[in-house]
Amino acid sequence: MSGLFHITRATLAKDLRLEWRSKDATNGMLFFALLVVVIFSFAFEPTAEEARRIIGGLVWMAFLFASTMALNQSWARELRNQVLDGFRCSPAPANALFLGKTIGNFIFVCLLEAVVAPLFVVFFNLHALGDTLLLIPLFLLGTWALVVNGTFFAAMSLRTRTRELMLPLLLFPISVPALLAMVGATTAIFTGESSPSLPLKFLAVYDIVFTTVSLLLFETVLHAE
Amino acid sequence: MKPSLILFSLLTLGLLVWGFRQAMFVAPTEATMGDIQRIFYYHVPSAFAAFACFFVNLVASLAYLKTRSPRADALALASAQVGVVFCTIVLITGPLWARPVWGIWWTWDARLTSTLLLWLIYVSYLLLRRFSYAGAMPVLAAVLAIFGSVDTVFVYMSIRWFRTQHPQPVLAGGPGSGLAPEMLHAFFINLIAFSAFGALLVWVRYLLERQQQRVEELHAHAAVGGAR
Repeated sequence: MSGLFHITRATLAKDLRLEWRSKDATNGMLFFALLVVVIFSFAFEPTAEEARRIIGGLVWMAFLFASTMALNQSWARELRNQVLDGFRCSPAPANALFLGKTIGNFIFVCLLEAVVAPLFVVFFNLHALGDTLLLIPLFLLGTWALVVNGTFFAAMSLRTRTRELMLPLLLFPISVPALLAMVGATTAIFTGESSPSLPLKFLAVYDIVFTTVSLLLFETVLHAE
Repeated sequence: MKPSLILFSLLTLGLLVWGFRQAMFVAPTEATMGDIQRIFYYHVPSAFAAFACFFVNLVASLAYLKTRSPRADALALASAQVGVVFCTIVLITGPLWARPVWGIWWTWDARLTSTLLLWLIYVSYLLLRRFSYAGAMPVLAAVLAIFGSVDTVFVYMSIRWFRTQHPQPVLAGGPGSGLAPEMLHAFFINLIAFSAFGALLVWVRYLLERQQQRVEELHAHAAVGGAR
């Protein structure tokens, strides 16, 4: 188990360091998300009431699309210089690589959300009527749901011809239940009309189940040849 | 062609013909909906066949991951393809029925949306099979099938819980309720006929895929220069 922890930490540190130096994914992601916010603002001109109802869908669509950019990037890094093959030959546990990647992607997407979410508030003049503190667990759980499946499917897409296209094709259908819960919870928090506790619990269960399934199957996918 | 396959094809044909006669001519016309209700005899059996095919796909995928047998992979492919076809039929006949009867093409209720999502997941499965590199393809597809199956549970629950603020039309309380005995008779015959038809399609597709696998194996042997 200590091997798992140390290698996860090493993989995570490597990814964070590489990203900090090059800022490949974060720049692209940030600008993309900003563009999405602006385009949505042009496309929809909601009243305050309408804005509270639709913000859930807009926000999570923006983050879903932006995070696919980071997810595609994260594995592409491993293909250069046959790093992935080196890892496969080593006795290191495959789950360490998966966890390191997932946590790294999670951190990047959370940073993205921290920057972009206030922009949504500004552009749409949002004023939440419900308990805004619940937005924090919502964003954490929701982002993990997207990132854990996204990292897994990005690893699967490495072995396809249309690498970058395959990830959204695989990720979006599987993520629909989580998206429904995220949008439902966001709408509940902003409109204050219902309790976000059920969607949040649902997200937590979804996260646990799919993290488990991913950890169980990652080694199979890594060695699938 | 194996004699059992020919026999089964004839049996299936007979069942389908009988089912058609029952559905179109023998079963009485429904009081409120009229003749359009007869789509029901195709819509529900197709859904049943589709779900059965997807279940077979899940079992075949698990079997493949355990045994790495190409037969399991061939069965997984066959059942996925036939399942998608039946699911497409369900998704087309449903709106065709709903529009004249309830005035709407579509609604986001639990059953319809789950079926649509199932269709999307399995189309992505087929795309993954098409676009992956040959060596990795069966494993990746099997893993995706497992993800998809786990997901369908969440899909159904999430739609029931998080989509109910929209007004829901009453979808006849479930098509099995309150059916006249002659209609039930026609329905069950069509159910059996479509199940047999689905099984036949999967069987034939499986045989084709096994042939394809053997041909590819022979090519690979020849390429390596060995003559076995």
